Order: sequence, then structure tokens, then C-alpha cells
Amino acid sequence: MVKRATVKGKTPALKARLNDDIGEEKRLTMYRLQLEVRHLEQRAHDLFFQNLIKGTSHLAIGQEAIASGFGAALRPDDYTFCTYRGHAHTLVRGTSMTGMLGELMGKECGMLKGKGGSMHLTDVEKGAMGSYAIIGAHLPIAAGAAWQAQYNKTGQIAVCFFGDGTTNIGAFHEAINFAVIWDLPVVFVCENNLYMEYTPISEVTAVQHPAADRASAYGLPSIIVDGNDADAVYRVAITAFEKARSGGGPSLIEAKTYRHSGHSRADPASYRPEGELEEWLKKDPIPMYRQRLLDFGVKEKVVNGIEEAVIQAVDEATEAAKASPTPPVEYAFADVWADGGSSWRN
Amino acid sequence: MAELTYREAVAAAIAQEMRRDESVVFLGEDIAKAGGVFKATVGLWEEFGDLRVRDTPISEQAILGAAMGAAMTGLKPIAEIMFSDFLAVCWDIVSNQIAKSRYMTGGQVDMPLVIRTANGGGARFGAQHSQSVENWAMMIPGIKVVAPSTPADVKGLLAAAIRDPDPVIFFEQKSLYAVKGEVPETEYVDEIGKAKVLRDGDDVTILALALMVPRALEAAERLQVEFGISATVVDIRSLVPLDTQTILSETKKTGRVVTVEENPRLCGWGAEISSIIVEECFYDLDMPIVRITTPHIPLASADELEDAMIPSVDQIVETIRREVD
Ligand SMILES: Cc1ncc(C[n+]2csc(CCOP(=O)(O)OP(=O)(O)O)c2C)c(N)n1
Ligand SMILES: [Mg+2]
Repeated sequence: MVKRATVKGKTPALKARLNDDIGEEKRLTMYRLQLEVRHLEQRAHDLFFQNLIKGTSHLAIGQEAIASGFGAALRPDDYTFCTYRGHAHTLVRGTSMTGMLGELMGKECGMLKGKGGSMHLTDVEKGAMGSYAIIGAHLPIAAGAAWQAQYNKTGQIAVCFFGDGTTNIGAFHEAINFAVIWDLPVVFVCENNLYMEYTPISEVTAVQHPAADRASAYGLPSIIVDGNDADAVYRVAITAFEKARSGGGPSLIEAKTYRHSGHSRADPASYRPEGELEEWLKKDPIPMYRQRLLDFGVKEKVVNGIEEAVIQAVDEATEAAKASPTPPVEYAFADVWADGGSSWRN
Repeated sequence: MAELTYREAVAAAIAQEMRRDESVVFLGEDIAKAGGVFKATVGLWEEFGDLRVRDTPISEQAILGAAMGAAMTGLKPIAEIMFSDFLAVCWDIVSNQIAKSRYMTGGQVDMPLVIRTANGGGARFGAQHSQSVENWAMMIPGIKVVAPSTPADVKGLLAAAIRDPDPVIFFEQKSLYAVKGEVPETEYVDEIGKAKVLRDGDDVTILALALMVPRALEAAERLQVEFGISATVVDIRSLVPLDTQTILSETKKTGRVVTVEENPRLCGWGAEISSIIVEECFYDLDMPIVRITTPHIPLASADELEDAMIPSVDQIVETIRREVD
């Protein structure tokens, strides 16, 4: 990749670009969010190999621009719904890194008290309404949250993230039709990373663009965005959010991207054709975004400072989570019911 | 008191709760303008309008998913699944999502919703519109399971289900929709998790649910008149939570227990109750527990075949006479 020359200092023209419709503050936020996801997920990966995290984990390394672009465009009281590949979408809502790493490590400080694990990260207070591990289920659930917002006229919206493979399950089609006929303020975001688990999406899908080519079936425009460019994602998000908030109903957005690692920890991704990963590494959203910030005249010191602060936060969260005790066994018997317990008889 | 049918009691309960609580909303297929395929929701759309009583597409996952998303964010939805058999197409939303979300999130998520559904046989609809699936629901931690046998219980228990902070599946037995009974006209809310002793006897305790309750009562009357056998009849009413205290105390009084279950035999609710009784009051029993159930078959549609499979008054009388003698 040819590196573009870094412009030293902000010329007026660059300043204008930096302070365009997105603006410097949002850009720095999106850069920070992408780095938070990247560093936290790399940490999760390392902790796995130290056997401090059990079970499974599905990394979104390479896909960070999507959650970050949408996250930066959200109102704090909006709802997000995501999948088992949901560290990113939960983090961008501002959840505690300690709570997240603690949950991955099965510690008492875990955000779900050790009862959900990596695939179910949720922070209701932050509007992160859950990570769902049965393909497709959360699309209608997100529509339901949007129904609440519409019914109570709160101005909130719901954003639902899912993968390309999810466009082939019934719930995807039920939810989008349902959201359209009820004009629900929900934005469906398909992160097309080219693969379901191990099978290329093109081998199992009747159309070329798994989400965008289906949009017309529900009277929606076909929207495709570069999912590795946080600015492009942010702009598409703002447009869809305005439509949803003003009563214009749902949107379906397909963001093209690529996961650098395998589907889950267990997957070495040997099914990928040679050279494919390398091509996509050139389009890694984070170095690209860093370069853009520098090109726009943000000082290198500022850019580096953001990354240093993120690494420090991840380090601190790691130590805090490691130091947390394991959850007391009583937690396993709590919160089946609203009364806090698990009793099914008198 | 007013005389209402079982189906009218459904609409009465929903109307009562919608009047007092703006956050109660209702969705399902053909439930609004058409008043439901069983006419159990007639008048609700007229009274509460498009925003609160909403017709949906034939999208059971969307119906229950939307109900869940709305419940998690502050509404109290009632969702209708037209026939309980159709729960199979949205069982993920029931069993993985609605049932588990509070638990899996460490108690962060509330799930105050009701799934109403027409359950059970007797209508000659064949095996895809006649199953009794209350035992499916009973197996899932995190779901309350209610099945009323009278119009009064429909009103009181459905109102209680709507107010309940936990998800409730409310099984309406479709053969009971036309049954009439006295129902309180004023605001009426019953308690979920309480069985009801409908008849007091000395010789045998019959445990029944939904459509099996009127049959058990009729059988008890005939046992008394024809054979001098005096039977207690308990309407279980709620499988989760289960009123084991009433079940155990009524067991101890007679020492003989017969369950009458419409669900197919394997893992029917009577099996769980039998196991509780055996573990907790075995030495009070004077005979082995007897389960009268629909055999372990899909249901047939022809009158004679369907009637021969679902426990009948004759079968209850005959079985108890034989076992108790
Ligand atoms: C109903 C269902 N079927 C299968 C699976 C197993 N599964 C987990 S993730 C996955 C691939 C999903 O692919 P995609 O929607 O593209 O999301 P990605 O993992 O690429 O983010 C599959 C098949 C599941 N969790 N749920
Ligand atoms: Mg994929």
C-alpha cells in the first residue's frame, strides 16, 4: 500500500474537510471506538490462549468500522441489538471494559454475572439490548423495541446488526416485512463479511448482494456501503436514523467487510482462498482511518494519544477483571423470574 | 356476576387490563378487525383502536419477537398464536429468547408478556391443529404456564398473566370456547400458581387441567352415583408455578391419585406431578398413581378416532372404578 504524505499542520482546506458534516470530534470518537474494539478483542484473543477465557469467542477484527460508525451516530437512549460477534457493538455503547472482560473470564464482575458469556453481552442501561446467538432471532426483537419507541413516541430508534448468512433465515424476512408495514423506526445492518461460518455466502445465496438485493422485495431501497470506512458508515447511519426518527420507517443497509480471523476461536479459516486475507488487510479500517486523520491535519500526537489511552484502559480492565473473584454459586439460581429467584413450585 | 362464554371472557380480561394500563398492547393474526379466528377478541379493536390492537402478517417469529422487544423496553404485549401447534415455528423465540433473556443477562431484562394460544383437541381438525402442547412449555425454565378450565378462570387468570412481570403462555382449550359460566363483572384478577379444589371426596384425588376438568367433574359425579366412589377433583390451572402444596395435601387426604391429561403420554405434566408425589408423600399412597392421558400418538381427525384417544368421561369412570376397587 502506498502511504499518502502526511500533511503537517492544518491548512484551511484541510480544516474544512475535517470539519465537514462529520467533524473532528466525531472522527476522533470513531477512531477511539475502532481502537477500543480492536485492542479489547486482541486482548480477549490473548487471554484465550492463556486459558483465562473459556468457551468460545467470535472476533470482529477487521469489521470495527461498522459498529463504530453506527455507534457514533446513535443517541444514548437508542437501542442496539447484535449477535454473538458482539463485543464491538456492545463496546461502542460505552459499556465497561472490565464488565465485558470479566464476563468473558467468568468473573463476578462480569456484566452478566457470569451467566451469559461472550455470546450474550448486554448492557440495558447503555441501550445495548443484547447479543443473540440464534441466527436471525434478534431482527424481530429489534422491531419490537422500535414498536415501543413508536407507540410511546419517544424518538428512539433500534439498530440491529447481523451477518450475511442471516439473510437466508426466515426471521430476517419476517422481521423486515413486519417493520416496513408498521413503519417501525428500526435500522437493519447486514455486515457482509463474505462468509457464514465456513461457507462463502455466494455459494448459498440466490442473489449477489445478500441483503441489498433483497431490499426491493420489501419496498426498500438497496443500500450498500463500504463497511471498512467509518466515515461512509457514519453518513449512511445518519441518513437512515433521520428517516426512522421522522416516521419514514426502517432501512436495510449492507456493509461490505471482512473478518481477519476465523469464524470463532476454533476456526483457522483454512477455507479462504490464498491471498484473500492479504487483500483485505490492505483495507484494514484502522490504519486507513488513522491515515485519514493525519491527512486531515490532526496532530500525530493526538492520534497516538488516543491509542495509548485505549491500550491503558484495556490493560486496567484486564487487571481488574483478573482480580475479580469468581461468581458465587448462588448466582446460578438467581434471576430466572422477576422476583429474582428460580422457584417453580410452592 | 354475568354469564359469559369462555371466549367472551378472553376479550373481557384483555379489555379490563387495556383500560387500566396504557402499556398493554395486543398483536396477532386476524385478532383486530376480524375479532380472532375463534372470535375470542371481538370488540377490542373497536374499543382500543389501531395503535393498541394490531393485525399482523402470518409471521409467528415476528409476532413473538416483536412482543419480546416491546416487553424488554417497557410495553406489556399480549401476542396471539392462533393455534398452539404453530408455536413450533416460533419456538426459538419462546424457548431461547423470551424464556432465557432475564437469566442470561444477570437480571437486566424484563419480560412482561403473554402468549395466548388455542390449544388441544376435540374440534376434528387433525394432528396439526389439535395438539395439547402445555407440556412443551412446562419443560422450559423461565416460562409460566397457565391453562384455565372455566370462563371465570379465563378472566381472572388472563388478567393476572397480563399483570405478571414474567412471560406467561396462556393455553385456551379451543373446545371450551363456547362453554358458559358466571364471571365477575367488576375488576377481577386471580392468582397464578394456585390450584383449585372443585370437589371434595374421600376415596380418590383426580388431578386435571383445562378440558379435562369438566370431564373429571362429570366422572366424579358418576363415580359417586353409580359406584359410591367419592372423588376429589383438583383443577391444576397453572403448571408453572405449580401448586404442589395443594396437590400433596389433596393426595394425602385420599391416598389415591389419578391424573387426567390431554397431552400425549410421554413427559406429560402428570409424569412430573407423579414424581413429586412419589418423592414427597409416597407413604401416604394406598395405590400406585394412575395416569390417564391421550396415548402417545398424533391426533386423528375423524370423530370416533379423536374421541377414542382423548381421555373421556367414560374412560375416567372406568379406570377409576377398576383401580380403586
Ligand atoms: C439458527 C442457527 N443456525 C446455525 C447457527 C450456527 N451458526 C453460528 S454463527 C453462523 C454463521 C453466521 O453467519 P453470518 O450471519 O454471516 O454472521 P458472521 O458470523 O459472519 O458474523 C452459524 C451458521 C446458529 N447459531 N443459529
Ligand atoms: Mg458472515
